[in-house]
Amino acid sequence: MGNKATIIVHSGDMDKIYSALIVANGALAMGMEVSLYFTFWGLQRLKKGALEKGPLSKMNMLGLGKWMVKRRMKKAGVASLERLLQDFRELGGKILACDMTMEVMGMKKEDLRDDLISEYCAVGTYITEARESSVTLFI
Amino acid sequence: MPEIKVDCTNQTCPVPLVETRKALRKAKEGDVVEVTGTHPASKKEIPMAVKALGLELMDVQEKDGVWKIRIRR
Repeated sequence: MGNKATIIVHSGDMDKIYSALIVANGALAMGMEVSLYFTFWGLQRLKKGALEKGPLSKMNMLGLGKWMVKRRMKKAGVASLERLLQDFRELGGKILACDMTMEVMGMKKEDLRDDLISEYCAVGTYITEARESSVTLFI
Repeated sequence: MPEIKVDCTNQTCPVPLVETRKALRKAKEGDVVEVTGTHPASKKEIPMAVKALGLELMDVQEKDGVWKIRIRR
């Protein structure tokens, strides 16, 4: 125990997806194993073409706030979500998709970026991973 | 002995850390990875990662806001 981080990605908000991927990539870079468990609004971001589509969690202002934050991020040299996700996979991170969310939201495997997803599963898998993790977060 | 160079100039969190890790994964035992960057926190945190990975931190230098970190895998 102790060398693993397990994160529930519940929010689909752009800034929270950033938080999840930055923490996850930092943990991988420092030698931990990481599993991201995508559920509810978070799982929406794994639909094809949807990764960058989330609103800002505060002050979105019909997208104006998001646009301004994105512009400032670009200026500050912040990597895109797509880049962070590719890095996450390259460093051996695991992506789990909640199958109950898929059923509730009417999502099919072919709607999702199936190539990135290691497993379609439920709470039992999450707990199995989380109980041996020293870092667990709900974002 | 090959020396692998990684340039993270003007990149911010978490890119310098991630690029360092990617390079270290590709390096063979004994290879040296030299990371260059400007993100201030990464200058402290890359050595933390090196320690956590059990590798050898050879050298940390900084000049005019640009740091260079050398790591032996």
